[in-house]
Amino acid sequence: MGLSAVTVLGVDRPGVIATVTGSLADCGANIQDSTMTLLGGHVAMMLLVSGELDSAELLKRLCAPDVVVTASAIDARRHFCEEGDGLAYVLTVHGPDRPGIISAISAVLAEDGGNITGMSTRLTGRLYVLIADVELPKEVDVAALMRRLAAVGAALDSDITFRPVESDLL
Amino acid sequence: MRAGTPRQVLRAPHPLLSAVAEPVDPTAPEVVSAAADLLATLRRETSTTGLAAPQIGLSWRLIAFDTRLHPRSRSWAGELVLANPRLARAAHWDPGREGCASIAGLTADVLRASRITVHGHLPGTGETVTIEADAFEARCIQHQLDHLDGLLFLDRVPGALSLHRRLHSCDA
Repeated sequence: MGLSAVTVLGVDRPGVIATVTGSLADCGANIQDSTMTLLGGHVAMMLLVSGELDSAELLKRLCAPDVVVTASAIDARRHFCEEGDGLAYVLTVHGPDRPGIISAISAVLAEDGGNITGMSTRLTGRLYVLIADVELPKEVDVAALMRRLAAVGAALDSDITFRPVESDLL
Repeated sequence: MRAGTPRQVLRAPHPLLSAVAEPVDPTAPEVVSAAADLLATLRRETSTTGLAAPQIGLSWRLIAFDTRLHPRSRSWAGELVLANPRLARAAHWDPGREGCASIAGLTADVLRASRITVHGHLPGTGETVTIEADAFEARCIQHQLDHLDGLLFLDRVPGALSLHRRLHSCDA
């Protein structure tokens, strides 16, 4: 079965999601994973849909000039529908806004094979906040990684917390 | 306690909001004066139910709170200022969305104990008091205790999807 990645960007207004998902349903696409948020007054949505999605047909059915939609066929990748076997952590960074915060922090994680599986950043006034879900390989020296993150945070005048995810399976 | 003078509430990022606050002598005149100022600031900031001394520029272990008017309050210890407050017991952890007077425009879902016991001293007399708080009052007190340790609610966000723009009212 085909798999497509759909991105949606448009001015936030009631009905945007209903319009887009209605058009997807009309095209016979079945929504699997999706995420949606507001970015600076714009609705931003990404969806993974299964089924034979004809992007030209989707755009024709959409009829929403204030929404930009793209659709691309993709292959299923690793981790999809699989539980990871790494260590789950949550990273928080907050401090004065400046260029390069995400790249500096993510580079430290990448050096140890850390994978960012989710991320939100927000700017409010002078305060920049980054929250990231991180999956670490089991063999990582977490204490050493935390020291490197703290050093990078200090260089950015930012506070960093890095703590394990506490999830309970019931 | 004399009527205090409202002070400006600091906004993050600010170094005092990331610093561990110092213990105080609750009977010292300057501490009593600071407690009055903290309470006066809380009374002026009508959208919030608690403040900690670092938020008004003092790195001292003082908190003020009054949750009487909050719709999710159950216990109500009164309008209080506590010096050197210490969390002695915490139980029944619940998530809740909260904001902060020092962080404009953001909220997050934070796990807090909904039943707590806190020991502290009353500014002026130095009398030791024990507060048994639950529900929203417990959340408010723990939020203020975090400020004394240089922590913001952002440091307790459980995941990337738990951070939100403040588009509507929340627990502050």
